[in-house]
Amino acid sequence: MKSFTPEINMNEKVIDIHDLYKSFGSNHVLRGIDINVHKGENVVVLGRSGTGKSVLIKIIAGLLAPDSGSVNVLGQEVDKLDNVALRELRLKVGFCFQNGALYDSMTVGENLAFPLKRNTPHITHAQVKRMVTVVLEAVGLAKTVDQMPSELSGGQRKRIGIARTLILRPDIMLYDEPTAGLDPITCTEINNLINEVQRRFHTSSIIITHDLTCAKDTGDKIVVMKEGKFVKRGTFDEVFNTQDDLIKEFYDYNFIQ
Amino acid sequence: MDSNIEQPEKPVISKGIDGFFKDIYNTFQFIIRIFAEAFKRPIEIREVIRQCFQVGYKSLALITMTGFITGLVFTKQSRPSLSEFGATSWLPSLISIAVIRALAPLVTALICAGKVGSGIGAELASMRVTEQIDAMEVSAINPFKFLVVTRVMATTISIPILVAYTGLVGMLGSFLDIHLNEQTSFISFFQEAFKNIYFLDFITTGVKAVVFGFTIGVVSCYQGYHATQGTQGVGKAANTSVVISMFLIFLEEVFIVQIANSIR
Repeated sequence: MKSFTPEINMNEKVIDIHDLYKSFGSNHVLRGIDINVHKGENVVVLGRSGTGKSVLIKIIAGLLAPDSGSVNVLGQEVDKLDNVALRELRLKVGFCFQNGALYDSMTVGENLAFPLKRNTPHITHAQVKRMVTVVLEAVGLAKTVDQMPSELSGGQRKRIGIARTLILRPDIMLYDEPTAGLDPITCTEINNLINEVQRRFHTSSIIITHDLTCAKDTGDKIVVMKEGKFVKRGTFDEVFNTQDDLIKEFYDYNFIQ
Repeated sequence: MDSNIEQPEKPVISKGIDGFFKDIYNTFQFIIRIFAEAFKRPIEIREVIRQCFQVGYKSLALITMTGFITGLVFTKQSRPSLSEFGATSWLPSLISIAVIRALAPLVTALICAGKVGSGIGAELASMRVTEQIDAMEVSAINPFKFLVVTRVMATTISIPILVAYTGLVGMLGSFLDIHLNEQTSFISFFQEAFKNIYFLDFITTGVKAVVFGFTIGVVSCYQGYHATQGTQGVGKAANTSVVISMFLIFLEEVFIVQIANSIR
C-alpha cells in the first residue's frame, strides 16, 4: 500500500480514450475501450496475457494506430498528429518496456544520456552527466553507470528503463508489465519505485500488469480487461469485492498461490 | 458482430503474389524515405563515420586476403592458356581488365553482402524484437534516420573505397605471381596493366560500387527494420539480407555491364 496520499486532480484528464477499437487481421484485440486518467493518478490495467493491454498503451504512445475511436493525450488526438507534433508529445509521455529495451551497444550512462542529448541539442556535457546521476540515484543504481546492459539483472534493467524515461521529465508514465519475470522482493522494489516516481515527479501513469500485488500497491484505480473490453473498474477493494468468476479466479490464482 | 471491427482484407490474386508486390512497393517507399530523411537536419555525421568504420575498417582484413588471393589465383589459372599461344606478356593487361572491370566490385560486394549485410540485418532485427527501436521512437528519436539512413550512407560510401582497395590488392597479388615467373618489374607490370584500361572502366566500376553498396545497405536495413517473429526473425533477417543482396548484385552487374558495353 502507498505510504503517501497522491495528489490527484479529478478536474484534469491527461488521458481520455473513447470507444477504441484495434484489430490485427482477424484478431480483434481492442473492442470498444473507454478509459481516462486524471492528473497525478496511477491507473492499473489488469488482465490475462493476450487481452490487448500492451496494445492499448502502444496506441497511447503513438506506436500503433487505432482502427477507430478517439485517443486524447494531454489534450491532443494522438492519431491525428503529424510527425513533429507526435515527437513533441512523446517527450511528455514516458514508456517503460517489459524488458527495459536498453540499447545493447551502449553503457547504462550512454543509454540515459542518449535521449537527453538528442532532444536537447545545446545541453552541455556536465549537465548531461549531472542529470544522468540524478535519475540513476532516483532508481537506486548510481553505481551501474559504466556497466553494459548485458551485465545487469532483470530488475536492474527495468529500473534503468524507468530512469531512461524519467530523464526526459515526462508528465505521463506508461509501464508495460513492470514486474513480469521478477522475484517477489524485486517486484516490491519496482512497485515502490513506481510509487516514488508518482510522488517525486508528479506523474500520471498507466500500469499494465497481471500481477495483483503490483496492482494493489501502485494503483489508485484498477480496470480489469477481458477479451479486449473493460469488464470491471474501481479501487482495488471495489474490484475484488465481488462474486464474479473471472475476478475471483484472478484473485485466487495470485494470492492463494 | 461489432460494426466498428475491421474485417481482414481478401487477397487480390493470392496471398503470396500480393505479398511479393506489396514488398516491392514497401521497398520503394523505404528508399524514398531514405532520400527524404538523409537531407533533413540534424545530419548524423558522427554515426555515419562510426558506421563507415564498422563497414570499412572491420572488413579490411577479409577484403585484403580475398582480393590478393583472387588476383594471384586468376593469374596462375590464366597463364597456361596464354602460354600456349606464347602470349604471357598479355597477362598484366588481361588481369587488370578482369580485376578492375569485374572482379574487384563483384568480389567486394559479395563479401560485404555476407559480412556487413548479415551484420546489419541481424543487428536491426534484434533491436526490433527487443523493442529497442520502439524505445527510440517513444523517446522522440527518429530511429529510421539514426539507424537506417546512417547505415545505408555508410555502405554507399565505404564499399566504393573497399572496391578501389580490392582492385589494388588484387593487382599486387597478380604482380607477385608474374614477377616470380616472368621477372617483370613493378613499373613495367603496371604500365602494361593499364594500357587497355580506359576512363569508362573506372566510371563503370565506380557506378557499380556505389550501386552495390546502396543495395546492400537498403536490403539489409529493410530486412532488419521490418523483422518479426521474435528471435527466429533475427536469423531470418540476417539470412534474407545476404540472399537478396547477392541476387540483386548479380542482376545489377549484368545490367550495368550491358549499359557500359553499349556505350563503349
